[in-house]
Amino acid sequence: MKKTYKIEVDCANCANKMEDAARKISGVKEVTVNFMTLKMIVEFEEGADPAAVMEQVLDACKKVEEDCEIYL
Amino acid sequence: MTKKQKKMLIRILTAAALMITLKFVPLSGIPLFLLWLIPYGIIGWDILKKAWNGILNRQVFDENFLMAVATLGALAIGLLKTGDYDEAVAVMLFYQIGELFQSYAVGKSRRNISELMDIRPDYANIEQGGQLTRVDPDEVEIGTVIVVNPGEKIPLDGVVESGESSLNTSALTGESVPRDVKPGDEVISGCINMSGMLHIRTTKAFGESTVSKVLDLVENASSRKSRSENFIARFARYYTPVVVIGAAVLAVLPPLIRLLLSLTPEWGEWVYRALTFLVISCPCALVISIPLSFFAGIGGAGKAGILIKGSNYLEVLAKTGTVVFDKTGTLTMGVFDVVDIHHSELDRETMLEYAALAECASSHPIAASIRKAWGKPIDLSRVGKVEEIGGNGVVVEIDGKQVAAGSSRLMRHLGIEPVECRSPGTIVHMAIDGGYAGHIVISDVVKPDAAEAIAALKRAGVRSTVMLTGDGPSAAAQVAEALGIDRVHSNLLPGDKVDKVEELLQEKDAGKTLAFVGDGVNDAPVLSRADLGIAMGAMGSDAAIEAADVVLMDDSPMKVSKAIRIARKCMGIVRENIIFALGVKGICLVLGALGIAGMWLAVFADVGVMILAVINAIRALYVKNL
Repeated sequence: MKKTYKIEVDCANCANKMEDAARKISGVKEVTVNFMTLKMIVEFEEGADPAAVMEQVLDACKKVEEDCEIYL
Repeated sequence: MTKKQKKMLIRILTAAALMITLKFVPLSGIPLFLLWLIPYGIIGWDILKKAWNGILNRQVFDENFLMAVATLGALAIGLLKTGDYDEAVAVMLFYQIGELFQSYAVGKSRRNISELMDIRPDYANIEQGGQLTRVDPDEVEIGTVIVVNPGEKIPLDGVVESGESSLNTSALTGESVPRDVKPGDEVISGCINMSGMLHIRTTKAFGESTVSKVLDLVENASSRKSRSENFIARFARYYTPVVVIGAAVLAVLPPLIRLLLSLTPEWGEWVYRALTFLVISCPCALVISIPLSFFAGIGGAGKAGILIKGSNYLEVLAKTGTVVFDKTGTLTMGVFDVVDIHHSELDRETMLEYAALAECASSHPIAASIRKAWGKPIDLSRVGKVEEIGGNGVVVEIDGKQVAAGSSRLMRHLGIEPVECRSPGTIVHMAIDGGYAGHIVISDVVKPDAAEAIAALKRAGVRSTVMLTGDGPSAAAQVAEALGIDRVHSNLLPGDKVDKVEELLQEKDAGKTLAFVGDGVNDAPVLSRADLGIAMGAMGSDAAIEAADVVLMDDSPMKVSKAIRIARKCMGIVRENIIFALGVKGICLVLGALGIAGMWLAVFADVGVMILAVINAIRALYVKNL
């Protein structure tokens, strides 16, 4: 399953960092952060609960880039 | 400017003003140091905080850390040795100016591009009890009659019920000539109604309408990252740690060697050079300008009516060496007309009547053209058993007679020797009760700009152009010669096209790519098999939009070469930026290590390169004169 989330982030490198951080979360199969359109496209593993996974993704992203935001 | 940006601007101005003032303050030693900490804190507190958080989260090597170490180091050198603190503050200041500029430029181009694609309709008008009501386009059901006033956007795809007007389709197709519509015409959402009031019966829900599809495509476009973008992301991951290690070596190794050689170690000097290294090491210019170039390129192409589904396709497009056209619908109008009937003993009417009856069940454009030429209602009760012979034609029972209509292959399959035709076009041979009855010549009109489009492709550096067609060899060769196409493969069944493209893929030069241009009818498999699938005039054909990598929003084959030129320009800018940014950084690193360039120059180089690279990237948006 693929879902798109709107995000808020200031720099391109921070977007790359968010992408790396999100990819490491279990339940996330593939993720692309598009800095230009400010979107995060997440493909979830089969059977993963998007809401729960995204909580973790948000936590992980906040860690690498404090003032980022993902609108869940 | 956003609130965040305004705040930053105030911080920058305050720090700059304080910095200039402090230059004239007649103090020295610790009091002066403490005073300098004020502008430093104002401009740099968030960087220090982020750097600290980075260390806590074990994300050490980021640009905040670099800036924090470099400036704190410079402050320390000032305190212990030189008594100058302006460098530390200046580095922070310029770094922040760079960040502000970048965020402004990106925001601006983001808005620019979304304005280009500002085709989303906000409402639809529905007539209820003699009154016009505005409703959300999402709520309009298929088959509802909507009213579009002059100046309004058409919110949903549909058919004109009443009214005449001209439509501005430029937001969708890049075409500036308005299109006239009258009752019965199909209209697509996103066009602007210019002159008269239109009543439109909708044929699609909003989610399925053209405008939703296009927006969806554009919004997701730059999410497919190109090789260059991935390269830069990987590069940034290694580059920064490498430079930091380099800086550490530079700070420690030369003084130690000098000690061994019994010279004065000059710790201060070498630590300063190492700090300069850190300032240079920020990869911002690359990290921002490359995706921005692609984004602008995709946006510019969108403005010209060329939808590119991802940055990676810009890369593929720029390397196009072979362009393969599926003739019908791309080089020709895809509108067929019966032009002649040859070698027939029956009269024209009877011949057409049989042909129309034989082709009564087919939705193929050729069949439609025959039915159109016959022009009378078809009495289906006269038609008996219908047998399709795999892409070659049909054998049908009409009035008890066995009628065969199709290609020369069908005739031979039935053991009948057809009379070959030398006229250009598609030939439908007919046989009645096993005897040859003549053939119908159906011709498709070549698009007026097809020849020019092929010439433009050649000028754009495309080495070879190929045409695939189901027509016979002589007709195909005639068309190819008229258009200036290099190679033709004729007599192809729809299924053969994939095989032909496979063959061509084998033959092409390494490093060059093959693009297939189709009109979306029957060629989805080929579109996805080619290195790059270009669907033409595909508004409304879902399969084509799905399968293609590039969608041309109108029917002009000229757009193919334009797309290639846009891609070339964009890739050129990407290359320029990579070389320019890396080159300047490299030179600065060397100059810094040699002690020629100080921190001032380092930060100027860093911010300057970034600003120039961003401005260069935005150039990709302007594609009008390509």
